[in-house]
Amino acid sequence: MPTVLSVDAVSFAYRDQQVLDCVSFEVTSGEFVALAGANGSGKSTLIRVMLGLLPPAQGQVAVFGQTPRQLRDRWRIGYVPQRPVAADLLPATVRDVVTAGRLARRGWWRRMTAVDRAAVDAAIDDVGLSDLARRPLGQLSGGQQQRAYIAKALVSDPELLVLDEPTAGVDADSQRHFRDTLVGLARGRGAAVLLVSHELGAVADELDRLLLLRRGKIAFDGPPDDLVASGVSLGVHATDLPVWLEGLGG
Amino acid sequence: MTGPLGAGQLLAELPLPWPFEREYMQLALGAGLVVGLCAPLIGTFLVQKRMSLMGDGIGHVAFAGVAAGLLAGVWPIWTALVAAVFGAVVIEWLRIRRRAGGDLALALFFYSGIAGGVVLTGMADSYDAGTLTYLFGSILTVDRPDVVTIAVLGVVIVAAVAVAWRALFSIVLDDEAARVSGLPVDGLNLALSALTAVTIVAGMRIVGVLLVSALMVLPVGAAQRLTRSFGATLLVASGIGGLSAIAGLAAARHWALAPGGTVVLVAAALFVLTAVVSPRATVLGREMRG
Repeated sequence: MPTVLSVDAVSFAYRDQQVLDCVSFEVTSGEFVALAGANGSGKSTLIRVMLGLLPPAQGQVAVFGQTPRQLRDRWRIGYVPQRPVAADLLPATVRDVVTAGRLARRGWWRRMTAVDRAAVDAAIDDVGLSDLARRPLGQLSGGQQQRAYIAKALVSDPELLVLDEPTAGVDADSQRHFRDTLVGLARGRGAAVLLVSHELGAVADELDRLLLLRRGKIAFDGPPDDLVASGVSLGVHATDLPVWLEGLGG
Repeated sequence: MTGPLGAGQLLAELPLPWPFEREYMQLALGAGLVVGLCAPLIGTFLVQKRMSLMGDGIGHVAFAGVAAGLLAGVWPIWTALVAAVFGAVVIEWLRIRRRAGGDLALALFFYSGIAGGVVLTGMADSYDAGTLTYLFGSILTVDRPDVVTIAVLGVVIVAAVAVAWRALFSIVLDDEAARVSGLPVDGLNLALSALTAVTIVAGMRIVGVLLVSALMVLPVGAAQRLTRSFGATLLVASGIGGLSAIAGLAAARHWALAPGGTVVLVAAALFVLTAVVSPRATVLGREMRG
């Protein structure tokens, strides 16, 4: 499979504080990869360097064979940032939000076409929000808002989807939708998915690879089963009390 | 064809009922409507970006431009436009480069602009009604060239928003994600700042540099409590701005009030009304209802 993302010996420091130290890995098409690590391990900084929002101090990042800043077809990258904040009074429906994700693909100055509108409908349907498409974002739960932002990332039909802590504080129903969506994207459309998260329970069984970041270095890179075999749990289980109670409803 | 002053001339000849039956009221209505309809279009983005005071800061820079025009003997609208656009672009550049926080950059221009305006006005020896016209507005004295200029600036604002509103909304929603997706975030933010400056100058003769920012913000505050989608907010805010201009001018004529201030007070009243009665009322509304 072709390499979609290549991170080669990347280091980064905020002034004299080293955050990333010679980080290297690759992600290929159709791969579902999770990046995990404790708070302060450098996950979010690594994401920002990968996406071209921060320049690496050393090393190189290549997305589809080009540096992030050289890449012209940016719509090929879908990005769900950490805790996108929608003010309660932001007058925007789910459809508004998802449509915004289509701009890079069609050209931001161009009018929406029937194809664009169909893509928006499909992305909203993919995350199970069709019934709420005209609902203001501020009236949705945190999990539903997060699904809207995932649909916004999906609507340009990306070949690489990067998600930064997308399931933090998200309800079980949204986590199920979330897992199904990502699996469909990786297995069905052949896109690469890089998920940065503390909570891997919802997707643990579907991951192809797990990257563990510790103090700015890759501490583990391999199939999740290898880590589980050593006695490490990847997250909550269906029989854990909070998840079990939520499944009862009411 | 009526030439470059055709729009103002046509407006002045309309057989409108009271309170707009007189030529000066029709010119005021034309100018007021353009500003009332256009200012909230730009204000919608500023409010969502939590930069409601941006217009105030640029307004003060525009005042320095007015004073420079009075000193140089140039039509102050043009010098104000140059100064305001320059100030707006520099404020945005400082924000982009993180040379100063957004509020500090605004404060720098806020105070430098007004101080520069005072100094230049003193040098021009023009502390008179002409200066006050630009500080507090004088909508009843707008003439046809004023109306035509304001209309042209209004067309620029409407055309720019029609083309770029979805991209600007995307930046409002999440500027980092917009940047990753390849939108020219810095360029669009600069364009929004320049359009803010154009709006300030368009509204300067109507409500004055000290109040024009209110017409950019208050109708938006009212509209976002009544609407669900962003596109609807743009349209409803624009409508509330236009309604404020019409009602404010009518009230000012009826009760012989200062028209610029009355227009803004109507916009403020509509804001408070929606804050109290809207189902999406916020803390302000809850406090007002006790």
